[in-house]
Amino acid sequence: MTATTSAPGTDTAAVRRAISSTPRPQRPGPLSAALTFGWRGMLKVKHVPEQLLDATVTPVMFLLMFTYLFGGAIAGSTSAYLDYTLPGMLVMSVLFTTVYSGVSLNTDLTKGVVDRFRSLPIWRPAPLLGSLLGDSVRYVVAGTVIIVVGVALGFRPDGGAVGAIAALALVVVFSFGLSWVFSVLGLLMRSPNAVMNAGFMAIFPLTFLSNVFVDPATLPGPLEAFVDVNPISVLATASRSLMDGEPDGVAIVVSLVVAAALAAVFLPITTRLYRSR
Amino acid sequence: MATGTTLAIEASGLRKSYGATRAVDGVDLAVPAGAIYGVLGPNGAGKTTTIRMLATLIAPDSGSASVLGHDVVAEADTVRELVSLTGQLASVDEELTGRENLVLLGRLLGYSRAAARTRADELLEAFDIAEAAGRLVKHYSGGMRRRLDIAASIVVTPRLMFLDEPTTGLDPRSRNQVWEIARALVAEGTTILLCTQYLEEADQLADGIAVIDRGRVIAEGTLGHLKASVGTGALRIRLLDGARRAEAAELLERAVGAVVLDPDPAALSVPADAERAAVGVAELARAGIPLAHFTLDQPSLDEVFLALTGRTADDETLQEDVA
Ligand SMILES: Nc1ncnc2c1ncn2[C@@H]1O[C@H](COP(=O)(O)OP(=O)(O)OP(=O)(O)O)[C@@H](O)[C@H]1O
Ligand SMILES: [Mg+2]
Repeated sequence: MTATTSAPGTDTAAVRRAISSTPRPQRPGPLSAALTFGWRGMLKVKHVPEQLLDATVTPVMFLLMFTYLFGGAIAGSTSAYLDYTLPGMLVMSVLFTTVYSGVSLNTDLTKGVVDRFRSLPIWRPAPLLGSLLGDSVRYVVAGTVIIVVGVALGFRPDGGAVGAIAALALVVVFSFGLSWVFSVLGLLMRSPNAVMNAGFMAIFPLTFLSNVFVDPATLPGPLEAFVDVNPISVLATASRSLMDGEPDGVAIVVSLVVAAALAAVFLPITTRLYRSR
Repeated sequence: MATGTTLAIEASGLRKSYGATRAVDGVDLAVPAGAIYGVLGPNGAGKTTTIRMLATLIAPDSGSASVLGHDVVAEADTVRELVSLTGQLASVDEELTGRENLVLLGRLLGYSRAAARTRADELLEAFDIAEAAGRLVKHYSGGMRRRLDIAASIVVTPRLMFLDEPTTGLDPRSRNQVWEIARALVAEGTTILLCTQYLEEADQLADGIAVIDRGRVIAEGTLGHLKASVGTGALRIRLLDGARRAEAAELLERAVGAVVLDPDPAALSVPADAERAAVGVAELARAGIPLAHFTLDQPSLDEVFLALTGRTADDETLQEDVA
């Protein structure tokens, strides 16, 4: 190392060169900034695959457990049950993944990364919109995994590949709406773990009290009434109809309206919190 | 330019409360451009909250501030183009590599992909993190993380930089590296607002200093002023032979001033500046009293606080000790 009076390890001349050689570039446009955040989201998917794995393994386990343990009892045969439950399992799998949108936002907040982004001269919503891009990759992967596992177990939807893709697309769009709910949680709670717990505490019971696993006609009256109006049931019905190749227009429209309503309420709250926290 | 009074930061009556907590309670600051200005204060004094207002992250409840001539509320966007923030938490993305962190910032500041990569590599090289550039930041040491954090703040050299406790938790070597970088930044024309709890850090780096406590500025000036108001440090001596302490004390009493006897039977100390301390040590040598060890202490932040507020920086602890 060259002998200087400076601290060992720093090459003062290089530091000064690095500091002085910076003409300020033109600031990026809104789209470019958002896409850069999207790229960040992709990098995270690449570097932290555990998170994606967590979110996909649970639904796959559920799929196996329900199909082979209860499938015969619920639907008469495992293959009949698989036909019934897989479109709902798709919903569950992707919706679970939305909780992680809130978790990663909270991680950014508690690590101070949000402060850094907010001190930059960029379009304010760029970080939030960009992260949707990374999230959408997670959603698609989580959904694809469950469909592929289903097909491997013998699931053959009447709607074919087109129906399956349409169902996946619908569920992903719904998730865009739902993810803002968890973003709000992510901005309000103290730690990533707290967000995870609260998120799953909300989404687990909602998923079980839906028609994902059982036909609500078999349930006692009041419960059936709840299950019927549960948005997750509606989404699962829509997903099922698309996979069956007989799209249920009402269920699809209601799902989209619910997603839009969630976004309309929770997106503004998210941006306001993000700006002021 | 004509006058030497260009101010990088001007704040008056800044206030910010969180519920019943008055985090910042009427802070006035006048920070000259082109130097390092230290904001010294104990835990919870309101340093970070002040910086967050000046860096446009939160709006003040009342009061006003301008940074390089631009109002932090009305012209927040312009301020953001001129400043960068190295927060108290090393705010780098742990789930990305060091290089990716810098490329990300470069892209967000408007560099092309290629230019952002070139810039990232240049900074990694200069800041001694090149060899870990491809590793995820969560595996970095504290010192590397902090250097990366500072590098991320100067992807485009800011006119003003906020450094919030940049060396807390670092070992002496890493701390020196950070100080070196701060000095280089100032040499290249950046103004730095440095928050710290360490008097030594302020001593090493800062030209002007404000001491804040409970959300208010309680003293302001150069470190020289501050120390003068606190009094000098102390010459601390350990004798080889404890039996000669009385003799040494008498001698120092005459040559330097009021001696304090330590619980350790071979140790004693006397408040002194460097000159008086040299005289004292010379007198002991002349009298043939052998020394095991001597040091000249700076006044500590605690002593500064005691002098300025009549209580130590960490009052609660003190009371517990007494009880
Ligand atoms: N977001 C917040 N919500 C509630 N209270 C807060 C918040 N931020 C700061 N405070 C409170 O305001 C006071 C000042 O905090 P601040 O972080 O500015 O102090 P500091 O001087 O930076 O301290 P430290 O040396 O510990 O970093 C503290 O009592 C703190 O608890
Ligand atoms: Mg602080």
